[in-house]
Amino acid sequence: MSATLYGLLGAALVGIGLFGLLARPSPLLRILAFNLLGGGVFLVFGAVARRGAGAGFPGDPVPQAIILTGIVVAFAATTLAVMLLLRLSAEGEGRSDPP
Amino acid sequence: MTAAVTLAPTPWGMLPVLAVVLPVAGMVAALPLGARGAERLTLALVPFGLLIALGMAAATYASGAPLVHLLGHWAPPLGLAFRADGLSAAMMLTAAIVIGAVALFARAGFGTPAGAPERREALSFWALLLALWGGINLVLVADDLFTLYVALELLSFAAVPLVCLDGGRATLEAALRYLMFALLGSVLYLLGVALLYGAYGTLDIVLLSERTRAIPATIVAVALMTAGLLAKTALLPLHLWLPPAHSGAPAAASAVLSALVVKGSFVLLVRLWFGVMPGLPVPAAAQILAGLGAAAIILGSAAALAQARLKLLVAYSTVAQIGYLFLMFPLLAAALGTPEDAARAWTGGVLQAVSHAFAKAAMFLAVGLMAKGLGHDRIADLAGAGRAMPLCLLTFGLAGLSLMGVPPSGGFAAKWLLLTSAIEAGQWWWALVILGGGLLTGAYVYRVLATALTAGPGGATGREDSRAWIALGLALISVALGFLPLGAFGLVQIGRLDLAVGGVP
Amino acid sequence: MTGLLADLAIGAAILALAAGMVAARSAFTATAFFIAYGLLLGLAWVRLGAVDIALTEAAIGAGLSGVLLLTAAARLAARPVATERAPGPLLTALIALCCAAVAVAIGAAILSLPEPTPSLAAEVAANLPATALGNPVAGVLMSYRALDTLLESAVVVLAVVGVWSLTPPGGWGGFPGPFHLRVESGPLALLARLLPPIGIVIALHILWVGKDAPGGKFQAAAILAAMWLLAWMAGLATPPRIASRRLRFAVSAGAGLFLAIGVAGALAEGAFLAYPAGWTKALVLAVEFALTASIAVALALLVMGPPEEEDRA
Repeated sequence: MSATLYGLLGAALVGIGLFGLLARPSPLLRILAFNLLGGGVFLVFGAVARRGAGAGFPGDPVPQAIILTGIVVAFAATTLAVMLLLRLSAEGEGRSDPP
Repeated sequence: MTAAVTLAPTPWGMLPVLAVVLPVAGMVAALPLGARGAERLTLALVPFGLLIALGMAAATYASGAPLVHLLGHWAPPLGLAFRADGLSAAMMLTAAIVIGAVALFARAGFGTPAGAPERREALSFWALLLALWGGINLVLVADDLFTLYVALELLSFAAVPLVCLDGGRATLEAALRYLMFALLGSVLYLLGVALLYGAYGTLDIVLLSERTRAIPATIVAVALMTAGLLAKTALLPLHLWLPPAHSGAPAAASAVLSALVVKGSFVLLVRLWFGVMPGLPVPAAAQILAGLGAAAIILGSAAALAQARLKLLVAYSTVAQIGYLFLMFPLLAAALGTPEDAARAWTGGVLQAVSHAFAKAAMFLAVGLMAKGLGHDRIADLAGAGRAMPLCLLTFGLAGLSLMGVPPSGGFAAKWLLLTSAIEAGQWWWALVILGGGLLTGAYVYRVLATALTAGPGGATGREDSRAWIALGLALISVALGFLPLGAFGLVQIGRLDLAVGGVP
Repeated sequence: MTGLLADLAIGAAILALAAGMVAARSAFTATAFFIAYGLLLGLAWVRLGAVDIALTEAAIGAGLSGVLLLTAAARLAARPVATERAPGPLLTALIALCCAAVAVAIGAAILSLPEPTPSLAAEVAANLPATALGNPVAGVLMSYRALDTLLESAVVVLAVVGVWSLTPPGGWGGFPGPFHLRVESGPLALLARLLPPIGIVIALHILWVGKDAPGGKFQAAAILAAMWLLAWMAGLATPPRIASRRLRFAVSAGAGLFLAIGVAGALAEGAFLAYPAGWTKALVLAVEFALTASIAVALALLVMGPPEEEDRA
């Protein structure tokens, strides 16, 4: 029961995150929306893991391990995006590429 | 479990492992080694990479079956497998040659002389190039959908910083936009992976090919994954990030981005459609994909024709050439019962990916040298470039022939196979698109050549950069592919999962 | 019943925070919502029986990401970047409709998943003795799907390369990230002096028990990274320059050792990443420790960012 509930919550978060990513103009808000979206995807995966509980485990350990790996990779992606954005802001408005 | 039967380890299964481990280990070592060490390591790894790819092609061809390795002896679904089929071998050989050529080419711009201080661009370039190589090889041989997700991330994390290696404001903007598209693509893909695991309890492609059924979870999952992969492959209308990114990167980086990175997500898409769900009837969806491809061919070529800058022209040409890859989908879907037609469409698609890789890498390298020699890349001011840089222009022309699909060239063979498949399948409208795209391609290639061959100031004087020979070599390979007898392409048929499941011997 | 109520409350709160985040006017508000969202997500993971993930989510999702995004919001407030034009109301409505349709489709797909659910739990349990680990998630990470873990550690190294490649002109080789003056008083100074010793002990504990109970290298690494960042922000600890060979070695060592052990398995046992018989436990522990150290250093460096324009040495 709770697995399905959190799965549906994940689906809703994906929808909200997708909206933020497509409709919000600020790059930082987009990065936040990407994380929201990622959180939703991990929750869907978590619901799948919970449904597969068995053999004395509270959830299927395979998707649980995959989520752990995924969280670290998503964090690395976030830092790359944030640092790119900060570099762009440091570049300032004045300078532009030589033709 | 049937797993042990269908995914038994084979002799030479260690080759795909080496193909992934060497570049990845190189990238990990690059950081402590520093720029000069990383450069020398990359150049040292190139011959090994070539040998491994050749060995994989030979072993696959000789045995007529894919090479399989079970990581840590754990068989799927619990463990992970590498599975290198003919498509993997062909693409990996392509990647090894292109990476090798680009590495030789890049020594001049990203080299570090003995005793010189380390430069940011140098260390970054070599480490990113190694990561990109490892990523593409992993995409080609991994058999698990989540391992493939990590491979896609390796590719993206390597490709995005390459785009803004010059550090200019415009390239930083292009890189950020590219990253957002790539991240959206990966996360949608991962969502599909979650649903497939929930439905079938495995992520192994071979196992999935036996289990998938047309239930809502499969359809939603494949739709999400397809959308995500299209964003990464830059199929119109998700192509907006590509032209600024590929044209803003340094020439050596543009070459690998256009030749290899977009092909990674494409190969995965092929594996998804004709591996994970080979038996599912998807003609309508395949028509949509090819429709987008057709739009990309026409609009991308037209946009290339309208560009004022040479590098942007080449980048828009990539948008168009990606379109051709997607014509393969409905043709293959229509030919599921007839192995000969299916083989033709399959070979056409793969050959398009391979010949475009060589042609486009050659073109970006040549254009980069021209821009450097002239100090600009304005097409209108190219007059005299033909006299100053004949090799570059020859490279551009030869690569252009392959892109147009003029015989004899790899591009011709690819487009001819797709065209005849289209007619065989009764889908003549794709044949019209192929012909129209060829004409538009001819127009933008001609426009560059005609301007450059007129007399004019020409910019550079003295000897042409010797690196032009590297670009020319790639262009010649792209043309030479057209001379291969069709029998040689039997390689790329080996291990096709749609055959195994479609009930065709 | 109380369980269901708790789930509903957690779910509603997460949804509200997510909606607030997307609707927020300022990046600061959105980031504050995001941190709260990360913490609540941790609770959701506990409810889903995934304590390993709950720990990771709290440490990385809320903690490290929070620091990263708050700092970024502050710096962007000082030097904003040009934003793209917001879509008009009609287009916004259209996007909202499409996103809602996507969410509904995913929801329908989840509801249609087959019963009984296919699961690998039984196979994980049956083979667990061969992995020499008691925590099934650790067994998956270190044995069955060791390749993914290895590749992920390489992705983290690659991310460091990518972030450093963004160093502005003149900064290459310098100290990572902005300079922090030494803070002598206030809550940050207190926390930065008080927490690290405790954090290090907790991290080591989590790493050690992770073999057999929830915990492990990612969680430990995230806590260690957070402790280093805390001391760094309070001006107590200066990270080495990015030119430092030792720093670079520290970033690469974990993935390097894992690769070497993988190759050793190929030579000794005939399969990449197969642990030679009798050595499983020792090798797994060695990899766990090396990866914890390397990932901790890399995560902290990722949050610090590339060196700044002026070398302050």
